[in-house]
Amino acid sequence: MSEPASALGHATFDGFASIREIGPLGMITLRARPDTPGLAQAVHRALGLEMPAVRRIVRQGDRAVGWMAPDEWLLILPYAQVGDTLDRLREALGAAHHLAVDVSDARAVFRIEGPKAAEVLMKLTPADLSALAPGELRRSRAAQVACAFWADEAGFTLVSFRSVAGYVMGLLGHSAQAGSALFPS
Amino acid sequence: MSTRLAKGGRLIDRSTAQGFTFNGRHMKGFAGDTLAAALLANDQMLVGRSFKYHRPRGVVASGPEEPNALVNLGTAARLEPNQRATVTELFDGLEAASQNHWPSLDFDVGVLNNYAARMLPAGFYYKTFIHPRPFWKHMFEPVIRQSAGLGRAPKDRDADRYEQAYAHCDVLVIGGGIAGLQAALVAGRAGRRLWLIEQASHWGGRAPVDGLSINGQPADAWVAATVAELSSLPNVTLRLRCTGAGVYDHGYVLADERVADHTPGDGRPKHRLWRLRAGRIVTATGAIERPLSFAGNDIPGVMLAGAVRDFVVNFAVSPGDRTVVVTNNDDAYRTAIALKQAGLDVPVIVDARARADGVLPQAARAMGIRVETGRAIAKVKGGKRVTGVALCLQAGEGAVQEEVACDAVAMSGGWSPVVHLWSHCGGKLTWDDAQVCFRPDPAQPPITHDGSAMVIAAGAANGVLDEAGLLADATAAGAAAAGIAAPEAPGVDNPTAPATEPVWIMPQGAPVALRSKMWLDYQNDVKVSDVQLAAREGYESVEHTKRYTTLGMATDQGKLSNINGLAVLSQALNEAIPQVGTTTFRPPYTPVTLGALAGEARGEIFQPLRRTPIHGWHEDQGAYFEPVGLWRRPYCFPRAGESHEKAVHREILNVRQNVGLLDASTLGKIIVRGPDAGRFLDMLYTGVMSSLPVGKCRYGLMCNENGFLIDDGVVARIDDQTFLCHTTTGGADRIHAHMEDWLQCEWWDWQVFTANVTEQYAQVAVVGPKARALLEKLGGMDVSKEALPFMTFADGTLGGFPVRAYRISFSGELSYEIAVPASHGLAFWQACLAAGADLGLMPYGTEALHVLRAEKGFIMIGDETDGTVIPQDLGLGWAISKKKADYLGKRGQERSFLTDPDRWRLVGLETLDGSVIPDGAYAVDAGVNPNGQRNVQGRVTSTYFSPTLGRGIAMGLIRRGPERMGETVEFPKVGGGSVMARIVDPVFHDKDGEKQNV
Repeated sequence: MSEPASALGHATFDGFASIREIGPLGMITLRARPDTPGLAQAVHRALGLEMPAVRRIVRQGDRAVGWMAPDEWLLILPYAQVGDTLDRLREALGAAHHLAVDVSDARAVFRIEGPKAAEVLMKLTPADLSALAPGELRRSRAAQVACAFWADEAGFTLVSFRSVAGYVMGLLGHSAQAGSALFPS
Repeated sequence: MSTRLAKGGRLIDRSTAQGFTFNGRHMKGFAGDTLAAALLANDQMLVGRSFKYHRPRGVVASGPEEPNALVNLGTAARLEPNQRATVTELFDGLEAASQNHWPSLDFDVGVLNNYAARMLPAGFYYKTFIHPRPFWKHMFEPVIRQSAGLGRAPKDRDADRYEQAYAHCDVLVIGGGIAGLQAALVAGRAGRRLWLIEQASHWGGRAPVDGLSINGQPADAWVAATVAELSSLPNVTLRLRCTGAGVYDHGYVLADERVADHTPGDGRPKHRLWRLRAGRIVTATGAIERPLSFAGNDIPGVMLAGAVRDFVVNFAVSPGDRTVVVTNNDDAYRTAIALKQAGLDVPVIVDARARADGVLPQAARAMGIRVETGRAIAKVKGGKRVTGVALCLQAGEGAVQEEVACDAVAMSGGWSPVVHLWSHCGGKLTWDDAQVCFRPDPAQPPITHDGSAMVIAAGAANGVLDEAGLLADATAAGAAAAGIAAPEAPGVDNPTAPATEPVWIMPQGAPVALRSKMWLDYQNDVKVSDVQLAAREGYESVEHTKRYTTLGMATDQGKLSNINGLAVLSQALNEAIPQVGTTTFRPPYTPVTLGALAGEARGEIFQPLRRTPIHGWHEDQGAYFEPVGLWRRPYCFPRAGESHEKAVHREILNVRQNVGLLDASTLGKIIVRGPDAGRFLDMLYTGVMSSLPVGKCRYGLMCNENGFLIDDGVVARIDDQTFLCHTTTGGADRIHAHMEDWLQCEWWDWQVFTANVTEQYAQVAVVGPKARALLEKLGGMDVSKEALPFMTFADGTLGGFPVRAYRISFSGELSYEIAVPASHGLAFWQACLAAGADLGLMPYGTEALHVLRAEKGFIMIGDETDGTVIPQDLGLGWAISKKKADYLGKRGQERSFLTDPDRWRLVGLETLDGSVIPDGAYAVDAGVNPNGQRNVQGRVTSTYFSPTLGRGIAMGLIRRGPERMGETVEFPKVGGGSVMARIVDPVFHDKDGEKQNV
């Protein structure tokens, strides 16, 4: 079998911030009511992580759990481990009503890095970035498409749907163009 | 003549000369000039022609309110029409050209309209071109369109880039004059997240020009210190060249930042449209001076008094050696004083008021300037520039008492607060009799989500036109916006008050000969006499008068003309000004270029283009694409020299004879899981899904509550609790939302979860008699008839790829749809191509897909359905469960109109001569309807040439169609003639379905 190919083959752009398409990351959409018995234990068993609070993402190394909606979480892990993790998750949840599906291939993932990375996103999302809490997973839009993003020390990770990866890369490149920083120092 | 003074000019840098051209003539200006200042410095008084009469026009203002000095700026890919020279910053190499004249600015044929002005009164077009009726469309309109319009629309693609950006703040202050700076300082010191934006390229507004002193400092020094303090605050953002364009609900403000207008081609975005969300908005937008209405007030050289002052003080530009000042207020005396101080002559100040004893008139008299009160200008003399004025009594009818030679006239009819942004979102105005202006009514502000004032006006924009109270008002506004008690305000040390008196026509008893030379709207050529005529003809509403006369409908949106016009109207109607009211203030305050509104959305990223994992391969093959929603799908794969039609025929025949490959990745795929999943799908689909055995597939129809068909697709049962629902390409997001809507809003207690996994999989249809052979070559799982019969699926591997193989067919052939993870989609597609090379494998596109399904009589959502069609119309009764108690649409379908036996129902149509019925054709019936149109009895829904059958085939909806097999119906063609077609079974090919079931 071939190696899994990300949507854009790790395209990059360098402007006043640097853009990289990464991935594919392993991603699992987990839907369950938050009061489902054994939910936190099942996620912990699958990923070794605690459940995040509302609108937060818990990260550790190459794994993360993000809150997406009152009954939906996004599990992030190495691509190759999705199958086993799904098995563990389903086994742990057993008969409890839930839905766990592999969405690793349905997404495109971008890194926006540099001291002015936020200014790239300010051109695309109506979210108030200065109000972004530590560890917040923000669902919003990038220009005309849905996206989700979170910040870390080096910049932002942005997730979009795979089919619009080219559009999102175009947006990020346009927005990061050299000389177009919003607050030139 | 106008010229550059030897000294002075607070905004220009004489050490940096900048060359530019106007109508091809080379001229020179300085860094810091506006184009208008530089043109005047080069004695270019005539800068354009008016819209209707092509009258000569000169610079009249110095700011964004300018109606006359509009130019075509730049050339080719950087050409911009209707740019105001007064706000265009000069740069080296700037190219400008005047507008609306032919053959030249100096000699313009269109000026003939001017001599026919008597024949072109208000409403001329409405009155003249109404009869005979057909003449409008074929003669009048084309001719008028030829001569209409000011600037030239650019023909080239814009060379510049634009962008938008979002920002959030507690307080947004619009306007960087001293009021805005003070309001910002108060809110900024209070720690509020603050933005301060200013449309000009410098801070301070009018105060430095007007020579104000604040807390013992000259205004310039106070402005510099205040800007320095604001810059040092980490919570404050300052932006120059950034116009507050529009105020909308919930503190949403559009601001247009002209990032690189003055540095074209430096790689930065030309404009940036800020989409600001502010908790509180302070409008410190100042005031705009009004012209006075006297005969000849449009001759180049007649300027606003404040503008004359700006040109002298800011740019060291003299409008002429001798300037007559005419006014109804004290403020204009500053201009006389400034001119005198610059060493220029002011022969006389003509003051329409009976007395002028304020600080400024006294100062003017002390400088030896002649002041004439109670007097007016009877008319201005001159053609393309002012040569003199004739004076008369303001109280009289214009009998000339004296003529005064001069080169320019500085006029002031008082100041109007800039209330536009206050008004955009519902702020109300009140008429201030004492100051002769509309001002914001603090009792009726635009309100925000909690009912509190969203906008707070400050300073002159709030109607505080005397300087004594200006900074206190700004301080209060800043404090209110920040939600703190107002701190002590700085004071203006040398305050004056304008003491304006209402003077709307000069002289007050002017006869019609003078009134028809008094311009209100310089750009659209609307005169005092036009508004009075409109009033006589019954146009009592200011909104109607505006549209009838075009007053205020020019590119300046009436910034100079509106108040004067409605004052004239109110006098003509004998009503008070507040009773007549204003026209509506709508965003944007000044024009925002379309590029900024489009932002990044152009070219490749004009809109999201959705691509399947295999899209790049299609492109490499030279596929011809068609849009399907936001996807682009290959319509066909033409070979060298092959027409699209030929390519489609080849692809179809190859599927029927060998094997074809279709990228079906765009099909919607939704996982539905839970103990109630079966029950849920039984409600969503017209058929029964809960009884579907694991491993099997079933075709289903989805209707809305009205009973109309909205989507179709194959459902696969993955396990006891899990289904995978295929939707149409366009239906994926819509149907997923439809499911969530029902689950979240109606059946919230049902245990069902859904997930849209459309993009998780690349899906490849392998179709044709040799499909199985191809899959067997890939190997890895049993795809035989026994192991994988029709309408089943299995998980396994093919060629080493993890796949789910569905035995489903939309073509009538032996067919598999293979789903692989999207990350492997392209590799799997290429593996199929390699394995199929010696089987005659060819990719095929959507048009072949359409024809293949039409040959089999399969319906297509969007072709056979249009939102008014129910499954019963399409002969799909077999897919509707009679046993179920309910499903979405069941009750709707029982309504009498939908059970009418006369409904148009699906049939096949076989043309008698083998030709193809035109797309969308209607089947005509006997007689005509009440509109005189042919009666109809049906229409074509799909029509193609079938290469398999060698003839035209079609499906259509015909009244009682299935009951009329063998009858002939007539389809008229566009351009004459008809196609006759026989009503037949819609399944044209392999009626027994043997080919798909092998």
